Amino acid sequence: MNDIVAFHDVVKRYAGSQPALDGVSLRLARGEMAFLTGHSGAGKSTLIKLIGLLERPTRGRVIINGIDLARIRRRQVPRYRQRLGLIFQNDQLLFDRTVFDNVALPLVIRGLAHRDISRRVRAALDTVGLLSHERKLPITLSGGEQQRVGIARAVVNRPHLILADEPTGNLDPDLAADIMRLFMRLNETGTSILIATHALALIRNLGHRQITLDHGHVTAPSPAPYA
Amino acid sequence: MKQRLSTRLANHRHSSRLQTALEGWAAAHLRCLVEALGRMHRRWLASLLTVLVIGITLALPAGLYVMMKNLEGLTYSWKSSVQISVYLQRAVDDYSGRDLAQQIGAHEHVEAVEYISPQEGLAAFKQTSDFGDALAALPGNPLPPVIAVTPDPNLPRATISSLLEELRAYSSVEQAELDQAWLQRLHAILALLHRAAWVIGLLLAGAVIFIVGNTIRLDIENRREEIEVMKRIGASDAFIRRPFLYSGAWYGFSGALTALILLGICFLALAGPLGDLTHSYGDAFQLRGLGWAGSFKLIVIGVALGWGGCAITVSRRLQHIEPG
Repeated sequence: MNDIVAFHDVVKRYAGSQPALDGVSLRLARGEMAFLTGHSGAGKSTLIKLIGLLERPTRGRVIINGIDLARIRRRQVPRYRQRLGLIFQNDQLLFDRTVFDNVALPLVIRGLAHRDISRRVRAALDTVGLLSHERKLPITLSGGEQQRVGIARAVVNRPHLILADEPTGNLDPDLAADIMRLFMRLNETGTSILIATHALALIRNLGHRQITLDHGHVTAPSPAPYA
Repeated sequence: MKQRLSTRLANHRHSSRLQTALEGWAAAHLRCLVEALGRMHRRWLASLLTVLVIGITLALPAGLYVMMKNLEGLTYSWKSSVQISVYLQRAVDDYSGRDLAQQIGAHEHVEAVEYISPQEGLAAFKQTSDFGDALAALPGNPLPPVIAVTPDPNLPRATISSLLEELRAYSSVEQAELDQAWLQRLHAILALLHRAAWVIGLLLAGAVIFIVGNTIRLDIENRREEIEVMKRIGASDAFIRRPFLYSGAWYGFSGALTALILLGICFLALAGPLGDLTHSYGDAFQLRGLGWAGSFKLIVIGVALGWGGCAITVSRRLQHIEPG
């Protein structure tokens, strides 16, 4: 129950191919920030998708915040996802809406009152340093700024777990370091964060645990901080 | 006192929370309503074409309905003029003709009788037709004596028929004709048209559902990525469906308005010639449009079809779009 994420012998096999995850067990403590590394195709994205219920495991149990995801039925998935902060490599913003509207979307989905939405969107934009850009369209922003809009959208719902899949994939090293510092600041406020990345040089000295995947197996179970 | 105040405060808090939720709900729907209109506006040409097609599709059955209503009004106003023309043997003289007329007039199902002698008939005919000169050239009066019988207007059709048989049975009667044989045929045709209007109406309602469904389906395909993003951040199907449903309703609404405009144009185009025609029938007939109630109904039907066509499509399509 002290784990925000717990995988128990999880297998994910896509039709007609090698298993993407082949018996993965891992834990992320509440409030922990960890990196999920490995070469491309090692199963990082699959693992993130299983947590986001974008995929279901072939076998094994995934327990998030004490809830066995197998018990969450299709109709309950939206409500479950609202409690997560999902961030993707291609920022996935809606390009016909302003920065403000993009960040507000999770709150609009939850049906919050307009007053609360404004307040929380501004707070989230302030966190990522884009408060002055709220009226702009995403297309007018740089890649790093777009990624930060995506992060603002993920944190605006105050999730207990943030999942990021290659959040710095398209960014040059300076901007990537900025984004990582932003994640560390969010982690300092108590949010658990799991980041899939292959930018090993970038994360080496950040002092957070690495979980390495190789061909669907966890190869480097660096010691959990509470073990 | 203190407790009462706190209860009141709690109630107030409770009701204000409900109010906030309701406001949020109403605001969300209003936002979708406006957004859907905005999206139609952004792709105005495609939207305009869809609306036009829906408008024409709705105008056809609505026009048929108006036509039926007018024809029914027409036959109703003519129903009161049911008359039986009783043609007597040419040998019957005026005296026995009037006698027979009186006899028929006493019948319980007869409201009025009028005896028209051959001379009166000829005079009236000369006055109302252009054959006056031709008639003058004839050696004698070709017209038989006639008794015009007006039956009780409330009689059912069967009783009128039996009255007709009774009149034909008189020995001095050559022939008796109900002037309304053609009206009966018209009624039969109207009943047929009525049925046809329903069938056509149902078919075209199906067409509207199909048109809206197809338009929305394309709209969904165009916005597939956006839908995937929304699903990833926890949007329910209902939330994603809502703006599409409002689009469907807008299509239906605009289509119904277009249909009303088209009907109005047809009405104006037909009013002139129809006015001339009805004038020749003594102005008993007035062309009527859909009216306020009918127009309102058409708009309600349009919105319902748009919404329905959309609902059928969206739910099915959205299940196919899952973020991966």
